[in-house]
Amino acid sequence: MNSVPATDHYLGIEPLRPWAVTRSTRLKNLSRSLVFALVAFLVTITTPLAKIDGWAIAFLLINVAWVVGQSSRLGAKERRDAVLRVVFTSLAVLAFVPWMSIFLTVLLKGYRAIYPGYFFSDMRTSTPEDEFNIGGAGHAIVGSLIMVAIATVVTLPLGILSGIYLTEVRGRMTFLVRFIVQSMAGVPSVVAGLFIFTTIVQPMGKYSGMAGGLALAVLMLPTVSRTAEEVLKLVPDDLRSAGYALGARQWRTAIMVVLPTVKSGLITAGILGVARVIGETAPLLLTSLNTNGFVWNPIGGTVASLPTYIFSMFMYGTEYSTSRAWTGSLVLLVLVFGFFVLARRLGTTAAQNAKTNSRKARKLKKKS
Amino acid sequence: MNVAMTPTPRKMVVVYSRADKIFRRIVTAGALTSLLLLGLIAAFLIFRSSDTFRQFGINFITGSEWFSAGEDPLGGATTALADADDASVFSIGPMIVGSLVVALIAMFFAVPLSIGGALYIEFYAPRGIYRVLVSILDLAAAVPSLIFGLWGIQVFTPIGVRWATLLNDRLGFIPIFAVEFENFARSPFVAGCVLAALVVPITTSVAREVYSRTPRDLIDTCFALGGTKWGAIRSVVIPYGKSGVIAGAMLGLGRALGETVAIYLMLNLVFDYSNQILDSAGGNVASMIALKFGEATDKEISALIAAGLVLFVITLIVNMIASSIVQRSTPRA
Amino acid sequence: MSQRIENMTKQNVDTSTTTPQQFDSATEFKGLETRGAHAWFGTHHALADVSLRFPERTVTGLIGPSGCGKSTFIRLLNRMHEFIPSAAMAGEILLNGSDIYAPSEDPALIRLKVGMVFQKPNPFPAMTIRENVLAGIKLAHLKRDNHDDIVEQCLSRAGLWKEVKDRLGASGGSLSGGQQQRLCIARSLAVEPQVLLMDEPCSALDPGSTLRIEETIKELAEKITVVIVTHNMQQASRVSDFCAFFLTDGGPGYLVEADATRKIFTNPTDSRTADYVQGKFG
Repeated sequence: MNSVPATDHYLGIEPLRPWAVTRSTRLKNLSRSLVFALVAFLVTITTPLAKIDGWAIAFLLINVAWVVGQSSRLGAKERRDAVLRVVFTSLAVLAFVPWMSIFLTVLLKGYRAIYPGYFFSDMRTSTPEDEFNIGGAGHAIVGSLIMVAIATVVTLPLGILSGIYLTEVRGRMTFLVRFIVQSMAGVPSVVAGLFIFTTIVQPMGKYSGMAGGLALAVLMLPTVSRTAEEVLKLVPDDLRSAGYALGARQWRTAIMVVLPTVKSGLITAGILGVARVIGETAPLLLTSLNTNGFVWNPIGGTVASLPTYIFSMFMYGTEYSTSRAWTGSLVLLVLVFGFFVLARRLGTTAAQNAKTNSRKARKLKKKS
Repeated sequence: MNVAMTPTPRKMVVVYSRADKIFRRIVTAGALTSLLLLGLIAAFLIFRSSDTFRQFGINFITGSEWFSAGEDPLGGATTALADADDASVFSIGPMIVGSLVVALIAMFFAVPLSIGGALYIEFYAPRGIYRVLVSILDLAAAVPSLIFGLWGIQVFTPIGVRWATLLNDRLGFIPIFAVEFENFARSPFVAGCVLAALVVPITTSVAREVYSRTPRDLIDTCFALGGTKWGAIRSVVIPYGKSGVIAGAMLGLGRALGETVAIYLMLNLVFDYSNQILDSAGGNVASMIALKFGEATDKEISALIAAGLVLFVITLIVNMIASSIVQRSTPRA
Repeated sequence: MSQRIENMTKQNVDTSTTTPQQFDSATEFKGLETRGAHAWFGTHHALADVSLRFPERTVTGLIGPSGCGKSTFIRLLNRMHEFIPSAAMAGEILLNGSDIYAPSEDPALIRLKVGMVFQKPNPFPAMTIRENVLAGIKLAHLKRDNHDDIVEQCLSRAGLWKEVKDRLGASGGSLSGGQQQRLCIARSLAVEPQVLLMDEPCSALDPGSTLRIEETIKELAEKITVVIVTHNMQQASRVSDFCAFFLTDGGPGYLVEADATRKIFTNPTDSRTADYVQGKFG
């Protein structure tokens, strides 16, 4: 038999995708959709279906009718498949529209009051009625950050220790701890605020930033603990075996072998917890309320925070104050998204580290 | 030949070094602190609310009147005016029912949207935008509920009112869609719609995660047998993901029940049992607590804590059902 | 330069087992053939220039070391290759004379005629044994009135009827590995394919189940054409009438030699084939 010629020989052969949708079909589909959009618009003008939601329903019905008509010559199963494709696409669009609307609204309504001094000034010398370049939300941002810092200082160690307990020590209380942490995840934010109100605010006699921070801690602890446990579970047992095989005791293995590999994962746990609580309003309404100026002392008195700032601006009710509320929302959203992106960035590093580490551990085992 | 005797097994005991013992103690202490924190919450809630339960008993949950006789006009220090307080009546019946009603309306919209959205992302979306869609989903889940409330009032309410008007016009003969005054703005229906938008990211994320774990070769087999995409979804994906999706829905329900601020902004609280979801009146335990807390007397605070306890217990039950569903389905390979 | 395997078509196929044709599709079957088939994953050229003809009612074994594109090749035959997002192909795949990748062809209909059994037994866990067998009929919306007959016939042909006839309502996952694989075979048979592709169907099973399935394959070949990918050379020599040997030099997989099994294993033309079947590599 002849030997197979070198791969160069196949240069003339073109890879094809005969099953793929051709460009001309795609253009046809697009122009047809535009026609349908126009027809739907006409429907909104002439029938009780009105405005954007009416247009959406009309557009959907036209698409379904078209699909049913097209596939009438095919079998029942193709028709059902095609119709359901339209249905699922519409449901997805319907699900996504509110969020896109929120992103857009926050952006469009919020950018107006932003100016460079916004982040450094407070509302002490201005009323919500003033022009946008007077007063800002700096106090709210600082307050939020301080309270979140308090919450993090409390929850990060506790959460990590709980995670270590559940994965490394695995004592007799394991089931109880896990059950409790899971139950705590369902605490309504208002109840957490109520709890701190009765245990801290009332005895102290005043609202404070520390109370707010502790309320946030109550909400943050389950998230951090659960993420810490998951991250620690990702560490392959090979790694721990390698540590023990080298003669290290449990605590050394845990601290010097396991923890460094999940460092970024644990930081992710913290950041995710922060992202979750920085937007909480209800607990802060019961513990730290709101104020107009920069407050640096967590136990001095009421402290402003982004959510309560937004809330009070909104409740003030005028056009300017509402705009300020939207601007505050914009800042809050940017902060939350920023934390999220950060957590995601670190999270992928953690997963990659776990993979590299398991590979390293396997190599170690093979050598020995 | 002797019969080989199986030796009795020896018990293997781990003896920890001193350093290890200290380590274990520290870690255990940390874990126990988390445990204690919840225990403390529960204990305090029970302790501080016991007065209310003792005084009103089951009527606290079933009655429908909330009257605080000892309101301090200055709204500052909460010293109870003992004599006047005896006229106070606290009960949260309509609030519990209202919480459930709004949550159920939200789930009514959220469940189909999240299943449809999850199936679309996993099976119908162009592969190029898959990551983008998942990222949008995650970001939407991170949006603070306060912003949902703001958006609900300023952007969604006109649309919601339009739908409510339509429902009232066409289906007004059904009792829940009837109203006395045509004021639909702060109704359970509109609030439920906004709550649905809030809950959908959570339930959709869970559903999508579950559907993406469907074994690929089961789906391939459906196609190999000459089926369509919907056939594969109906025969394999949906049955496989059923328990996970239900657990996700329960998670969403728990979230909906505990939501405070968005409802506070979108719902008009009225202490009256009502079955008209289009009417501008509803109940919600969480936002009631936020509303009444500001000028509450000592007794009223005890009642508010009692309400919080009831809410906590309800969401706890819902979450436990969710995790038990997850537990039961995990053994399935 | 395509490698037409002339001797395969010229060779007299021993079909002395004259079984009455119970399935119409078998008499309409005019052959499965590939001409210059290539496959890509993105820019990675996985399979190069495979021209092969599968004679009617025979078992063809595809052998060769792993990574030579055998699994990719059979997925070209029932249009499952295109499910991978970056997949591309070239060449012609002719079923009954017409190219299955022609724009007018419905892939679902192709897959009804060319069935597939996978490596890991995968009965539908949410369905009973009976529902599993009938799953293909339900998915393809085939109109059949005689469900019970179909269930019995397919399970018998797969060699499973006696063992499960009393518990058709049991879950598909309650069977042993070998039984599950036979259930999958029965499931594929229910839609009356003309060709059955099997991707290492016994590699996840114990030797006892493997032998029973090999018997089943030989019986199936009395009515339909079977193409089986296998790593196990002894299995190929036991089960197949023809063998096609695939190889790769680090580049795309290609066809080295395809001939009657007896010839491949006793006196192959290519030295590499001889080395492989003697176990010198792979």
